[in-house]
Amino acid sequence: MKSAVIVFPGSNCDRDMAAALHKIGGSAPAMVWHGDSALPDGLDLITLPGGFSYGDYLRSGAMAAQSPIMREVVKAAERGVKVLGVCNGFQILTEAGLLPGALMRNAGLKFICRAVTLKVENTETIYTCQYQAGQEVVFPVAHHDGNYFADDETLDRIEGNGQVVFRYADNPNGSRRDIAGVINEKGNVLGMMPHPERLIEQEQGGTDGRAMFESVLASLK
Amino acid sequence: MKARVYVTLKNGVLDPQGKAIEGALHGLGFSTVEEVRQGKFIELEVAETDAEKAKAQIDEMCRKLLANTVIENYRIELA
Repeated sequence: MKSAVIVFPGSNCDRDMAAALHKIGGSAPAMVWHGDSALPDGLDLITLPGGFSYGDYLRSGAMAAQSPIMREVVKAAERGVKVLGVCNGFQILTEAGLLPGALMRNAGLKFICRAVTLKVENTETIYTCQYQAGQEVVFPVAHHDGNYFADDETLDRIEGNGQVVFRYADNPNGSRRDIAGVINEKGNVLGMMPHPERLIEQEQGGTDGRAMFESVLASLK
Repeated sequence: MKARVYVTLKNGVLDPQGKAIEGALHGLGFSTVEEVRQGKFIELEVAETDAEKAKAQIDEMCRKLLANTVIENYRIELA
C-alpha cells in the first residue's frame, strides 16, 4: 500500500499514524510537509493525523485546511484517492469542505483523554468492511474540540445515506446524534475523532484499530 | 483601510463557553444576566482605498477563512 501522512506545523500524531501504516501496510508512508505543492505519485491512501496544527488558532484545522498541500489533497480526493482524517485530521477535512459539518468545543468544556466505546454503524465502507455489523470497539480519544455539529437537514441526509460510520455508545463531547466519524458520499474520504492508529498492537492496550487499516489494504487487492 | 470583523455563532448552535461565562457572571453576583454568547473580533488593515473593493475582499476572506459558515455568521465594519 502506497500511503502518505501529511504533516502540518503542530501535528503530533504523525509518527503514530506512520507506524500503523508501516506495520500493517508493509512499507513506510511518505511524510509530506504541508508547504509542499505536490503529492507523491500513485498514492493509495492519504492520511491527515491528529495534533494541534497551527496551534488550533482561529479554529482547529482552519488554517491547515488552506495549506498548499491541501489543494492537492482535495484534487486527489475528487479523483477518488482514499483520504483518512483522524482527530485534527477530521477537523481539517470539515474545514476543507471534504466532509459535511463542523467540529466544535466539547460540550463539557474539558479536554477528554480516555477510551470510548464506539458502535461501527456502517461496515460497507472500504475502511470498515473487516468489522462485523453493529460491532462495538474501544478507541482512545484525546481532544478538546470533538463536538460534531451539522444542521438537522444535513444530519438527516447523511444518516439516510449511511454516511455515519462510527457512533459513540456513551457520548463524551456532545456530538449531535452521537456521531464520532463520517464518510463522504463517494465513500473515499473518512473523518473520525477517535484514534484507530493507537490500537494496532496488544502492547497499546488493544488491537481494535487494526481492522480499519486491514480493510483499506484488502480493498486494494 | 481599517476593518473590523465580528464572527458570531449562528442561532441554534450551542455555546458551552458562553454558558460558562454566564455561570461565572452569576457567581460574581450579576444575577440579571440571562444569556451570554461568545464570538470573535478580528481587526484588519488592508492596503485598499476603495471601500467597495475592500469590503468585497474582506467578505471573501471571511467566507474562505475567518468564519466557518457552517456554524458562524460574520459582520464587517469599515473604519
